[in-house]
Amino acid sequence: MTDTKVNNMSKESFRRQKSREEMQKQLISFGLMIVLTLVAFAVVAMDTFHKGFVIPFLFLMAIVQAGFQFYYFMHLKERGTGMAALLIYGGVWAAFLTLAGLIVISWW
Amino acid sequence: MAQVHDHSELFPEVMPPEPEKATLEGKNKFFGIWFFLGGETVLFASLFGVYLALKNSTAGGPSSQELFGLGLVFIMTMLLLTSSLTSVYAMYHMRNNDFKKMYLWLGITGLLGIGFLACEIYEFAHYITDYGFTFRSSAFGSAFYALVGFHGGHVLFGICWLTTLLIRNAKRGLNLYNAPKFNTFSIYWHFIDVVWVFIFSVVYLMGKVG
Repeated sequence: MTDTKVNNMSKESFRRQKSREEMQKQLISFGLMIVLTLVAFAVVAMDTFHKGFVIPFLFLMAIVQAGFQFYYFMHLKERGTGMAALLIYGGVWAAFLTLAGLIVISWW
Repeated sequence: MAQVHDHSELFPEVMPPEPEKATLEGKNKFFGIWFFLGGETVLFASLFGVYLALKNSTAGGPSSQELFGLGLVFIMTMLLLTSSLTSVYAMYHMRNNDFKKMYLWLGITGLLGIGFLACEIYEFAHYITDYGFTFRSSAFGSAFYALVGFHGGHVLFGICWLTTLLIRNAKRGLNLYNAPKFNTFSIYWHFIDVVWVFIFSVVYLMGKVG
């Protein structure tokens, strides 16, 4: 076997190792997302907390879960995804303005 | 003079580590899907905004507290969240150049999506037949079906997209031509789950709270 071939193989096994580690992180984030979902449902099902607490809490749970999806499941934490992040955060910013506008005019 | 097209660069002996972004086409698809999803975010935000503004305008019809049941919504959430994980598995096998396992996990992803859609159809049918709650019942009804139905439409579109991909590429094996296609679908599918997270939180859970 030539040196370059051996080199390529060790590179490949290193990449696979990295990939497996990444998969473990994704599994952990899946577990955390399940937990966040259970907590959100439980808070509503228990019906003991005040509305003023529950609603911001549910928002927070949803935003954290969306972050897990973006960074771990959609690979936004990998290198070379700056442009993708810019596009989606541009969308999120416009979405925030849209929501804020609609909510403010309907509450006034 | 006719040009001879050489596509051999799409079928390398050793696959690169990120086959979905190894070609210009792949890079463009990655850019394109995120651009599209940025727009989709604004579109769904508009529907969420409309829903929040109109959710209490029930016109004497059933309210969100009377209608929604948490059990079915929980099942739907688990189905879609799990399908998000199975498509992560599919992309893991794509990067390891394992075509069969990628197909297996994409197939499971599709089945979970169909399960989700079946629950949603059951849910809507239940509201319409048992409560007489339709798109035309009230402003709340219109806003609810527009938002949740539009998401369901996205799931349906995703299932059609996936089915087409799986049939069209069944005999091709994995190469640099179709790897970006599977990856683009996978990113879209995760986004559909992100939207669902906000639907179950804002529409169903907050609807139960009042």
